Amino acid sequence: MALKQVSPTDEFIKGLWRDNPVFIQVLGMCPALAVSNTAINALAMGLATTFVLLMAGLSVSLLRNFIPREARIVSFICIIATFVTCVDYAIMAISIELHRALGAFIALIVVNCLILGRSEAFASKHNPGRALLDGLGMGVGFTVALFFIGVLREILGSGTLFGVDMFPDGFQTWTVMVLPSGGFFAMAMWLLVVNWIRQRQADAEKPGHDRAREVAS
Amino acid sequence: MNAPVPTEQKRTSAWSMYRAIVGIGAFCALLIVTVYGATAERIADNKARFLSNAVAEVLPAARSTVEVTRDADGTLVAATKPANLPVFLGYGEQGELAGAVITAEGMGYADNVRVLYAYSFERQAIVGFKVLESKETPGLGDKVEIEPHFLANFEALDARLNENGTALANAIVTVKQGQKTEPWQVDGITGATITSDAIGAILNQGSSAWLPALERDARGFQPTQSRQE
Repeated sequence: MALKQVSPTDEFIKGLWRDNPVFIQVLGMCPALAVSNTAINALAMGLATTFVLLMAGLSVSLLRNFIPREARIVSFICIIATFVTCVDYAIMAISIELHRALGAFIALIVVNCLILGRSEAFASKHNPGRALLDGLGMGVGFTVALFFIGVLREILGSGTLFGVDMFPDGFQTWTVMVLPSGGFFAMAMWLLVVNWIRQRQADAEKPGHDRAREVAS
Repeated sequence: MNAPVPTEQKRTSAWSMYRAIVGIGAFCALLIVTVYGATAERIADNKARFLSNAVAEVLPAARSTVEVTRDADGTLVAATKPANLPVFLGYGEQGELAGAVITAEGMGYADNVRVLYAYSFERQAIVGFKVLESKETPGLGDKVEIEPHFLANFEALDARLNENGTALANAIVTVKQGQKTEPWQVDGITGATITSDAIGAILNQGSSAWLPALERDARGFQPTQSRQE
């Protein structure tokens, strides 16, 4: 049976919505929940992860014929850890303050299952161009999802967005939203919205949907 | 019923695995060393600038600083190389001693908390405070960096020495929020008890270690190296 050809655009777009790593695949929850207490932290972590996804995907794809199957996991982790170390140095070179804000979570990008998952499931089986598109799509999807969680948590938990006050004096902030448990609440709220939209889309695509609606009305 | 036929997989040679792992290891090591080499100077500059800004923030009267350390006899001398926990003497515009800035660290709730604080020789008190490194819980432990009533402790936290000048006259301690009655007590934060207690302990430890030597030697200290402007 011939495999369906996926266009390069689809390769990129799938990470944004259909296979979004956070809201659909529910991968990379450690940084998604831990570092998304402010919008800027979420954005910085998303961009750092995107860079690692891109570079790890490219390297794994280029070396895919060189890495034996039995040694693939240790090789992928070694490559991912290298790019995470590079990102760590780069962030320190850009801003010590930003590095302070992201704390230990930069190093934890190594164990983000999203990156290992894409290296194993996609980059090791496709050419570098496709691997880059997949990494970029997944990275952007991850960053956008983290940003949405971060915005919700910062507005409700601190009453600010990018440090700018959003509410008049006297607004009682929901401190729980900037705590680790707030990550779960924010994630649950967004999952509810995303699943509701997907359900509507699925219903609309069902054959006979229009007919059923006509009968109901 | 047909039994499943075992599929024979081609075995990878040890040489292929050795070549792949060593090759990738060498590639990764080279990349890390290259990036480290390219960023090391910038990172060192950023760290120095961050520390310098922090020193200026906690002791705004200082126009220049000299890093100091203690020799084998405990006498204050100019540091020849940067210390892990640096201590500075700050000098004003006329070259007068404006105060000392001490770095200290201790265990918080999640990890080590590193702080920088200023000591005024004139007032014998801690007059400035900043958290340099902390991984405390967002929204709880990290309140020690932003909570106004907590930071107000360090406008004049009593740190005078005993009559002999060998130790603090009163240990610096953190008390529960709203129960501060003495000038050497740190008014804690409800909801950040462990971190605010840790800050009191860190200040007590850093001051006990450094203030006797600073009070004894700093006024007559002659820096042998140029001051950092």
